Amino acid sequence: MLMRSGPSLRNSADSDGGGSFGNRTMTKLLEMSGIAKRFGGVFALHGTDFSLSAGEVVGLIGENGAGKSTMMKILGGVHQADAGTITLAGKQVSITSVADATALGIGFVHQELSVFENLDIAGNVFLGREPRTAFGLMDRARMRRESAPILKRVGLELDPSTPLVRLSLAQRQLVEIAKVLSLNARIIIMDEPTSSLTLSESERLLAIIADLAQQGHAVVYISHRLKELMACCSRATVLRDGRNVGDLVGAELTHHNLVRLMVGRDLPPAPARATIVANRGGLSLRGVRTSAWPEHAIDLDIKRGEILGLAGLVGAGRSELARAVFAIDRALAGTLTLDGKPLRINAPPDAIRAGIALVPEDRKLAGLVLDMSVRENATLATLPHHVRGGLISRQSERAATTKAINDLGIRTASGELSASSLSGGNQQKIVLAKWLATKPQVMILDEPTRGVDVGAKQEIYTIMRALAANGTAVLMISSDMEEVIGQSDRVAVMHEGALAGILSGTDINEEAVMRLAVGQVAEGLAT
Amino acid sequence: MSDIPMMTLRPTWGVRLAPWRREIAVLLLIIVVCLVLTLMNQQFLSGQNIQNLARRIGMSGIFAVGLGFVIITGGIDLSVGSLFALLGILQCFMLVDWQVPWWIALPAILAGGAFIGLGHGLLITRLRLWPFVVTLCGLLIYRGTAQFIADNNSKGFGNGEGFAGVQAFLTGHLLWVPVPFWILMLVATLGGILLHATVYGRHLYAIGHNEEAARHSGIRTHLVITMAYVICGVLAALSSILFAFDSGGITPSNHGSFYELYGIAAAVVAGCSLRGGQGSMVGIVLGVVLIQLIPNFVNLLGWDTSLTFAVMGVVILTGAAADSLLVRRR
Repeated sequence: MLMRSGPSLRNSADSDGGGSFGNRTMTKLLEMSGIAKRFGGVFALHGTDFSLSAGEVVGLIGENGAGKSTMMKILGGVHQADAGTITLAGKQVSITSVADATALGIGFVHQELSVFENLDIAGNVFLGREPRTAFGLMDRARMRRESAPILKRVGLELDPSTPLVRLSLAQRQLVEIAKVLSLNARIIIMDEPTSSLTLSESERLLAIIADLAQQGHAVVYISHRLKELMACCSRATVLRDGRNVGDLVGAELTHHNLVRLMVGRDLPPAPARATIVANRGGLSLRGVRTSAWPEHAIDLDIKRGEILGLAGLVGAGRSELARAVFAIDRALAGTLTLDGKPLRINAPPDAIRAGIALVPEDRKLAGLVLDMSVRENATLATLPHHVRGGLISRQSERAATTKAINDLGIRTASGELSASSLSGGNQQKIVLAKWLATKPQVMILDEPTRGVDVGAKQEIYTIMRALAANGTAVLMISSDMEEVIGQSDRVAVMHEGALAGILSGTDINEEAVMRLAVGQVAEGLAT
Repeated sequence: MSDIPMMTLRPTWGVRLAPWRREIAVLLLIIVVCLVLTLMNQQFLSGQNIQNLARRIGMSGIFAVGLGFVIITGGIDLSVGSLFALLGILQCFMLVDWQVPWWIALPAILAGGAFIGLGHGLLITRLRLWPFVVTLCGLLIYRGTAQFIADNNSKGFGNGEGFAGVQAFLTGHLLWVPVPFWILMLVATLGGILLHATVYGRHLYAIGHNEEAARHSGIRTHLVITMAYVICGVLAALSSILFAFDSGGITPSNHGSFYELYGIAAAVVAGCSLRGGQGSMVGIVLGVVLIQLIPNFVNLLGWDTSLTFAVMGVVILTGAAADSLLVRRR
């Protein structure tokens, strides 16, 4: 690839930063070369290279299955490479366990947080290596004393004895980072750190990452969010099918270049917003109150034929609203009408019968039965359709599953494989298949593309658009600003349990959405 | 994160049989035990021993099937043995003391089992109590109640006035095969169909694997779980009737004690996971056969019968450890 940058990398001009690692020179801190890894008969990595300098934030991107996680798990000691060398600060090292990696100053902040809710911050930071007092008891005072300065470095101004239960997801992530820092990590690997954070939380995290780089740490940043990569990385390494397909440096880091390298082709432009035919009906919420925000009543119309984006910060009450409509949680008050007809919904089966479908936020916990097969998941909401003479017809199920696999392009060798063996994007498509089978009149999607690679993302957008075009009312809850702006026909924004406003047409832009999300009442906007 | 390889190969036998490995292992073990017993003691293949074994497999299999349903939801029922004492005592009272006709008394016992199962189910789903806690309390309550009702005395069925026929039938044979075994075959067949081929069964497995996802898919999880406890209660009552007639009398302090553990062991040894979502009807029945073979094994090999429990424990533990090692190796 033409954009491979070679050795003439970013000049470490900021070496006056006085970081804790004095030997910052032009030599690379980390050099991984020719890394190969095979799982069974499948090559995950084919002699892949990756390098990192101190004080540098490098983005590592690629579609799911491109090998970026495998690459970093080899660095983190979770997997061992079949071939290739790892050179750390000029010395070749062998990393055969997580303990090795830790000892070498490599810290891994995983996508799924591994913090413990029942412990306090200090307890989490020192988990597994708690200092002892002379009597052999845990030295809590020392843990608190020593964790305080680390917390400051990650911008977490909380008492170290605060129990983790009281922390937000974003704060828990900072605890995780603090834990890595307390292990004297020189290299910090972050796997999709912002995938469950709101925009403002993400921005804070990016600032903290920049700070850590200033202090001399090298950061590997794995993310699907191209915008963040562009914001925080000086360089990005793109992997595709287990190969390094190019580095993008500085001005080369554009959305266009990233996507083209990742997928190896140009993606079609996002479809234009649909023009809504007025009064085509749809789902109307009137005075809906959820137990999360009982003081706010929500009125909202989701029209047939549109994708209504629902934006807001995490905790603004969006998922709670969706759960109330689908009757996962009881709504405290309010009425629902579909095309003007009132609905009585006391439990999810009522909602399904009324033509409402909910693709939940947490795919693994609520979207799928991971240990069941693709087929069993795809038919779970419509099993009665496949009953012949009182028994489930496997044949009918298989036919429906094969059709769904083809229609939605689910990449699986067979409908009998367990859902857990599929990648995130393909799992999400199974959830969609389950609900499309119910022929929904109203489709609610809560963070439909979280943890989904770029290619599958586009396919999910196409599916949503086709649904809307066929007259389904689509409500898309999303914390991904690009997605909200790019995919919605109108955008409703919630702030602390209340509907802050609705944007349409040319009013839809990032600034307007953010203003409403943080509670600034915009002038001249109809609510 | 990594995509699975696109396979065009047809699945090998190993892949196809993998989900059945527990059932196959238990079947092989049963065959080995039977071969050993046949070689070691000619009495094993005697008609009387086989009939005796089949009768016990029948009686314990019926409630093990019920327990299987509950275990697949991720629950447990510890109260079965005590329920045998309570329902057995009531059976004695109704048939002997109160002269209730058997065609009312026996359905009433089944209804009692259903009612108690319903109670367990409602406490677990509505009050969100742990199945372990609910049925552990059941274990204490039913045993204590049985002892109280009977004044802690044993009760017998006397000369069987009015129900001698039905007692003889239920403890007798049909075409040489013991009636309880026939009943188990019927229960297991119907239960197998319910579990593996109906919407209810699929919902049961979905709940066992992931209750939250099941609820999000529109499954009435509370109803499905409660039904599993009702099924367990009815089948326990059916077993209870057979056990009571078979033993000819009830000693409330120990009748049926530990039986729930045989049932749980039978379900678990051949594939049910106590975390739920796993297990098959074939596995449960094979598990019952294996568990019931063990006392026979100890007995016919001339070992001290007080070793029975210990042998049972060792067999189950060895099986679980072997399975765990095999799975980890892959």
